[in-house]
Amino acid sequence: MSLKGSAYIAGIFEHPVRKAPHLSTPQIHMESAIGALADAGLTLQDVDAYYCAGDAPGLGPLSMIEYIGLPNVRHMDSTDVGGSSYVLHVEHAAAAIQAGKAKVCLITLAGRPNSEGQATGTAARAFTGAPDEGFEQIFGTTVVNMYAMCAQRHMYEYGTTSEQLAWIKVAASHHAQHNEHALLRKVVTVEDVVNSPMIADPLHRLDCCVITDGGGAIVVVAPEVMKSLSRPKIKLLGAGESPKNILGGNVDLTYTGARWSGPQAFEEAGVKPSDIKYASIYDSFTITVLEQIEDLGFCEKGKGGAFVSDGNLISGVGKLPFNTDGGGLCNNHPANRGGLTKVLEAVRQARGEAHPAVQVPNCDLVLAHGTGGSLGTRHGSATIILERE
Amino acid sequence: MTVRQIPAPPINPETQEWWEACTAGKFLIPKDNSNGKLFWYPRKNSPLTGSSDIGWVEASGKGTIYSHSTLWRADPNYCIAYITLDEGVTVMSNIVDCKFEDVHIGQKVNLVWKDAADGQKVACFTPA
Repeated sequence: MSLKGSAYIAGIFEHPVRKAPHLSTPQIHMESAIGALADAGLTLQDVDAYYCAGDAPGLGPLSMIEYIGLPNVRHMDSTDVGGSSYVLHVEHAAAAIQAGKAKVCLITLAGRPNSEGQATGTAARAFTGAPDEGFEQIFGTTVVNMYAMCAQRHMYEYGTTSEQLAWIKVAASHHAQHNEHALLRKVVTVEDVVNSPMIADPLHRLDCCVITDGGGAIVVVAPEVMKSLSRPKIKLLGAGESPKNILGGNVDLTYTGARWSGPQAFEEAGVKPSDIKYASIYDSFTITVLEQIEDLGFCEKGKGGAFVSDGNLISGVGKLPFNTDGGGLCNNHPANRGGLTKVLEAVRQARGEAHPAVQVPNCDLVLAHGTGGSLGTRHGSATIILERE
Repeated sequence: MTVRQIPAPPINPETQEWWEACTAGKFLIPKDNSNGKLFWYPRKNSPLTGSSDIGWVEASGKGTIYSHSTLWRADPNYCIAYITLDEGVTVMSNIVDCKFEDVHIGQKVNLVWKDAADGQKVACFTPA
C-alpha cells in the first residue's frame, strides 16, 4: 500500500495576524478553516474529517468541531507531535481518504503566544508528569538551550560555524522582505546574526524563530473531490513520519528524525532529493534547518554548513530555495508550531502562487518537513512530497 | 555569584528508590538484567527490551561533556549539559562551580551533589 496519489491539497489559508489581542484562539481556528475551505471552493458542510493538535483549546477535535460547526465529521485525529503535527496530519488525512473513511479533511492551527506574553524560548519548559521530568526539566531545559546543545555538538563534530548557521537566517530574511505579512521584513547579514546577543551559546537571538500569534488551515481531499474543484491539483506523492529520542541514554544530537521520515517519503514518491525544486524546512532555529537538510539528503551529513552558505537557500540565487515566505525565522510561527505554515508555502510554490520575487520557476515538485518537540531530547519528524499535476 | 536554584524534583512511586539513593550519596544507573546493558533515565522497565528485571550500577561519578549550553539570557545564567558517564550512558545535568565560558565538549567532569529547593540531593557535575 502506498499513499502516492491518494490525496490532494485543495485549500490553504494563512491567517494574516501576527499579534491578535482582539481575537480568541478558537476564532483564529475558525477564520482559518473558513479561509482554507473558501480557497478550495468547499464549505463547512463538505468536511467529513477534522485534524488538530495541542494548540486546539478544550478537548481538541470535540471542542473545535462543535465551535467551528462541522456537522458531517466522521473521522478525527488529534495526534500531537508539536510543531510537526500538521505535516503528519496531511499524511494521516491521506491514509483516511485511502481507507475510504473521509473525502474532505480539514486541518487547523491557531495560537496567541505573542498576545499572551510567553517568553517561550528561554522560559523553563514544563511537561508535568512526563517520565523524563525529574531527570531533565529540573536542570532548566528550555526551547533554546536544547537546540543550542545540538548546534554545539554539530560544530564540534563537523566544524560547522556560527557564520554558516547565520546564512540560514540571511536567506529567510531575503524572502521575508517580499511578504507583507511577515513579522520581520528587514534583510539581515551574516554579521547582523553573529553580532546579535548570545541567548544560549552558540545560538544568537537571530538564530531563533519569531514568536507570533496566528494560525492557518489546510484542506486535503480525495482525488474524486479534486476533480470537481478549480484550484491547481497539488497531489501527495509521498509521506513519512518518525519519532526520535534519547534512545535509552545513547544520545546523538547531530541528527534528527528526518533521517527516517525523509527516506520514507522519497521512497514512496519515487523521487530523490536532487529532484526537489523547493523545500519548506522547519526553522525553529537555524540549526534545525541545517541538521534536517542533511538528514533529508540534500547534502552529506556534516556538510550542511557549506551547503547553506553563500545564499544557496535563497530563491533565484541558490540550488535549494527554502521557506520563501520568510519561514519561522522571519515570517510567522503561530502557536510556536511551524509545521502548518511549512505546508502552506510549499503548496503556494507548487501552485505558482508564491510572491513573484521568490516564486521558483516550473516548481512542480516540492517538499515540506516539520520537526516538533525538542531536537535536544525527543521530537517528531514528518515529511511530505507534493507534485503539481 | 548567585546560582540557579534547582527546583524540587518530582518523585513518584517508580522513581522513589532512585531518589533515596541520591540522598544516600549514590548515583545509580539502571541496568537491564536481561541483556546486561545500562540505560537512562531511571524506570522500572527497560526501554531496551521491555524487561522488568532491572538492577542498579553505582556510577563512579566520572564523565565527559557530550554537549552543553549556557543560557546567558537567564538571571542567574546556568549551564545545561549532556554528560557521557564513564559507564557509557549519557545523562542530562548542570555544570556547576566553574566559569561557564570555559566549559567545553570533551571536558572531564566529576559528580557533585547539590540541594534542590526542597533539600533533595541532585547530581550535578563540575570540571575535574
